[in-house]
Amino acid sequence: MSSVGVIVQYAMREAVRRKVFAVVVLLTGVFLILFWLANHFVHGQLATITPPRDVHVDTRTFAGAFLLGLAMFATLFLGVVLAVFLTLGVVSGDAERGLLQPLVVRPIGRSTLLLSRFLGAAGVCVVYVLVVYFVSLGIIRLTLHWRPAQIVWPGVELAGGVVIVIALSLLGSVVLSSTANGIAIFMLFGAGLVAGLLGSIGHALNSHQIKHAATIASWALPFEALYQDGLRMITERTSGLTGFLLQLGPFGGAYVHGWPIRVWAFGYLLVVGAVALYGFSRRDL
Amino acid sequence: MSPPYWRYARPVPSALTVRGLAKRYGSVRALKGVDLDVAEGELVGLLGPNGAGKSTLVKIAAGLVRPTGGEAQVAGSRAGSRAARASLGYLAELFRFPGWYTADEVLELHQRLAGSHGGAAERGRLLELVALSEAASRRVDGMSKGMQQRLGIAQALVGEPRLLLLDEPTSALDPVGRRTVRVLLEELRGRGVSVLLNSHLLSEIELVCDRVVILLGGEVVAAGTPHELSRPRGVELETDEGVRLVEGATREDVPRLVADAVAAGRRIFGVRVLTSTLEDTYLEAVGGETD
Repeated sequence: MSSVGVIVQYAMREAVRRKVFAVVVLLTGVFLILFWLANHFVHGQLATITPPRDVHVDTRTFAGAFLLGLAMFATLFLGVVLAVFLTLGVVSGDAERGLLQPLVVRPIGRSTLLLSRFLGAAGVCVVYVLVVYFVSLGIIRLTLHWRPAQIVWPGVELAGGVVIVIALSLLGSVVLSSTANGIAIFMLFGAGLVAGLLGSIGHALNSHQIKHAATIASWALPFEALYQDGLRMITERTSGLTGFLLQLGPFGGAYVHGWPIRVWAFGYLLVVGAVALYGFSRRDL
Repeated sequence: MSPPYWRYARPVPSALTVRGLAKRYGSVRALKGVDLDVAEGELVGLLGPNGAGKSTLVKIAAGLVRPTGGEAQVAGSRAGSRAARASLGYLAELFRFPGWYTADEVLELHQRLAGSHGGAAERGRLLELVALSEAASRRVDGMSKGMQQRLGIAQALVGEPRLLLLDEPTSALDPVGRRTVRVLLEELRGRGVSVLLNSHLLSEIELVCDRVVILLGGEVVAAGTPHELSRPRGVELETDEGVRLVEGATREDVPRLVADAVAAGRRIFGVRVLTSTLEDTYLEAVGGETD
């Protein structure tokens, strides 16, 4: 097995042995049960919802898209929690505890080590995000009998968003202590969420300044843009009043979307990775 | 006709060569131009008070810290390079292995990373060397600190390194564990492995090291074999008049001193040649400085 394979295996083994993994899995189980219950009760109420006669709203689509948006937010949040706690101490934290030095002195190279840690964490988190996303989708399909416009891409973009958070967390671990890094990454994540909501408000109010600020934030924090793009894709064929109402809500969709942001997110990932590798190569341990 | 072999023969590079090595952490100069050599199969002890720069020197050799001046080479390759790291084994002063790994798994992980093909036989041999054969399948978090320290030494020996860098290897060991390490070091020397041993334990250094280097404030203040560092302090004569110290006298002066005393009518009960211990030399070199 190559050095990369050895460290990826080491990182994955470490990831699934940590208590945070068990906590996230437990919380995910609780979330999915509650989510199934919510869908079950919403399905029971759908027939009783009667919008005004002159208003045409597809209640099944509205409920399905809203609940899937909620599930995507929960998946992103739990995925980010997992990503941050698996990576916040990969360099500084492990160096302080003396876990890193025996590995770094081996002839594998620091870049290989960091890249492998990235791949290990990404492997665990991507699988986690995709599993939770598709299980949520399955629950909606079985209970509400509704399916989104796009099925695979929203999940892929959610996973992509979490992968960017992993890269940012690894970069932070090169220069910050574990605690400082964890706080910094969660603040960035929070800033991204606020920027997304700001975009929705800006579009509802048709405020150019707010929309502009939200757009800049989306490019600066592309994990949020990918999440928003995923939301957009689940209702991209929903038009009329149903689509308008969905866009007004917190899971309304993206205003920066499509291939440009995906390509930008990939480039962003490479740049963050390159800076992390450079910083790690020069760091005293 | 082929040319004589010596036309192609190159001198074997030292296991560790350090020239003018300097390291600055902000305004603190941890190393101020240190020169040091560890020859093939040589066991060199590094002494000095806390903050003298010992660990920094070892970390630069291991490629963990970047020097700000000078150079360090491991087996002829720049310290920190892949070739240098492939030639050394390192035990950090503060280290830890993942608690869920067994002793055997720790060694297997390091075998894979070091590219060692020793397999289970090498792992068994190393565990036996550090008296952990019975604990091969025990998890790290179920081991005492001393056992983890010995496992750390076994880990450093994976892949049969040419140079072993040991930073305080006996700090967590009880007297029996220290003795195990001492025997191990002597065995390694017998196999031709070079060792740079950073330790606070003067007696340990004196017992096993071929040479001793004393650092103070980032500079080498004394270096030599333990014998060279031990200076004569005089000869003590115990006569019927009591104990008399002849300062500056050496072993060679003993017959003359005894003859003179007997000629003077003294009765001799004992003669002792006094030399300074490594501890005396160390304390003199560091000026009694501790932490």
